[in-house]
Amino acid sequence: MTQYLIRRLLLFIPTMLLATILVFALFSIVPGDAAVFLLTGEDASGTVTDADFERLREDLGLNRPIYVQYADWLWGVVRGDLGISLYYGQPFGFELIERFARTFELAVLAIVMAFVAAVPLGIISAMKQDSGVDYASRVIALVGIAMPTFWIGVLVIYGLVYGTGWLPPLEYAHLWEDPLQNLKLMVLPAAVIGFHDMAFTARVTRSAMLEVMREDYMRTARSKGLREWVVVGRHALKNAMLPVITVSGYQFGRLLGGVIIVEQIFVVPGVGNFLIDAINHRDFPVIQGVILMTAVVVLLLNLIIDMFYGVLDPRIRYS
Amino acid sequence: MIDQTTEQAAIAREAMPAPGLTARWWTAFMRFIRTKPLGAVGGLIVVLLVLVAALAPVLSPYDPRSTPALPWESPNADFLLGADYVGRDVLSRLIYGARISLYVGLGSVLVGITASFIIGVALTYIGGIVDMVAQRIVDALMSLPGLLIALAIMAVVTPSLNTVILAIVIGMIAPVIRTVRSQVLSLKELDYVTAATAIGAPPWRIIFRHIVPNCFATYLVLATYYLGFAIIIESSLSFLGVGTPPDQPSWGGMLVRAASAHVKSGPWLAICPGLAIFLVVMGFNLLGDALRDVFDPRLRGR
Repeated sequence: MTQYLIRRLLLFIPTMLLATILVFALFSIVPGDAAVFLLTGEDASGTVTDADFERLREDLGLNRPIYVQYADWLWGVVRGDLGISLYYGQPFGFELIERFARTFELAVLAIVMAFVAAVPLGIISAMKQDSGVDYASRVIALVGIAMPTFWIGVLVIYGLVYGTGWLPPLEYAHLWEDPLQNLKLMVLPAAVIGFHDMAFTARVTRSAMLEVMREDYMRTARSKGLREWVVVGRHALKNAMLPVITVSGYQFGRLLGGVIIVEQIFVVPGVGNFLIDAINHRDFPVIQGVILMTAVVVLLLNLIIDMFYGVLDPRIRYS
Repeated sequence: MIDQTTEQAAIAREAMPAPGLTARWWTAFMRFIRTKPLGAVGGLIVVLLVLVAALAPVLSPYDPRSTPALPWESPNADFLLGADYVGRDVLSRLIYGARISLYVGLGSVLVGITASFIIGVALTYIGGIVDMVAQRIVDALMSLPGLLIALAIMAVVTPSLNTVILAIVIGMIAPVIRTVRSQVLSLKELDYVTAATAIGAPPWRIIFRHIVPNCFATYLVLATYYLGFAIIIESSLSFLGVGTPPDQPSWGGMLVRAASAHVKSGPWLAICPGLAIFLVVMGFNLLGDALRDVFDPRLRGR
């Protein structure tokens, strides 16, 4: 067991380092580098003298060898210093963390809502295979997987604006200061984000349950005379939940992608608006920061799931 | 004597190859429709998409970039699906949008899945430290959602259809490499590969005669699924305003101003482009499910 955990941890470190290299490299292979964008403006229409250019490159440290730049940046990241926004000219680390917390809250809320809806749906669907309920839940799954998240968002907003005259609130309430108001603001976007995940999780739950129900121990449990809900709840569900939890966990990264879009639609001041703004201003340090943070969160989450999985399932541990 | 019979057989084959082959394909096709009705519906949607894209100039009533209508004009006899915020015909933009979705989808899948196959097969044969390092790079790439990678790429390139394809390809390459790699690893263990190795077949022969043809089904299934993925990412990028240039009629871009609470827009704008994306993605997913079932009976009905 310890050996498995250590092996998994050791695997995490090089992956994390490689992720930082990838994030850094992407913005170092930009044709012309950031100095050009800064000097020529967003539409690249300004004129630059060579002297200006060299001075700015020196200020930004872009004239140093690439590995020195990387080491410098990584050292900063480790100390919590993500650098200075090129557009606003000030550090953005604190704001990024604050915004990421909101995005994270939204994502967690979405995944919880998806899970609560999907698991019963998947179970019923598997228990009553090929019944009306099963077909309905399979149709929901098919539809939910193919519907682009931003379209659901657009439809919900449109329906609300058109039907009730509601507008997305521009005032954001903090979770710690006004939890009720905060939840009220977050529930709708979270439901929109969670819809795809719900469809997917219901499908995984259904197939996992169908698989488990063919096992011998299910027949044994039934022939012992256990009541049906004990058989399903204690014997089937416990075993079927493992793949469901794993898949949900790995879906988290994809979910964060959906959050970025839905935040735009529902005007949630999360990391999504920050990122799109930064992309429009070619504010590379900010983009780097957002992507790095996502990678760290997703990799940590995968690490936790793997360890959890290792604890629950001995087959993984010894393989 | 032997030569003569083979020659006769060859002549016979040459004389009537078409009917036999066509009939076989026809039977297979009919069986597919009978056993996989949902897959057939998916296939039909895909065929319709291709037809609409190919016949766009004939089908669309107006030039998708011209502004023949009033801004936000409601659907009427002249503009069946109404007009958008500058007065462009929604129906014409929808029809031309099929071209963009299909171009970006096919482009990303052809480039992305083919590249992943080459890399995946190469890695299993090179093995050792190269394979290990590559696996960690794949892990690192997989820690980022495809949309986020695509957004990051769009930040450093000039937006155009081809850079959108590049962004989508980078976003999807890691999971595909992983699938291909595991497929190739299990194929390498099969008896006929061992047999080929035993009779002294060189690696390139094993790769091209035994491994690659057996990956064809995987290729087709992955391609179908990732077409849907590519179309969703393209429309998401355009919806966020960093993808396909705004003058081009991308379905995602058409939704941009459809739900802004501050502008009065019509329901036709919020519904039509999204419905198009939804139907096409569902078409590809249904087709992919059916193809996977046909090629891999073990997974049937999951």
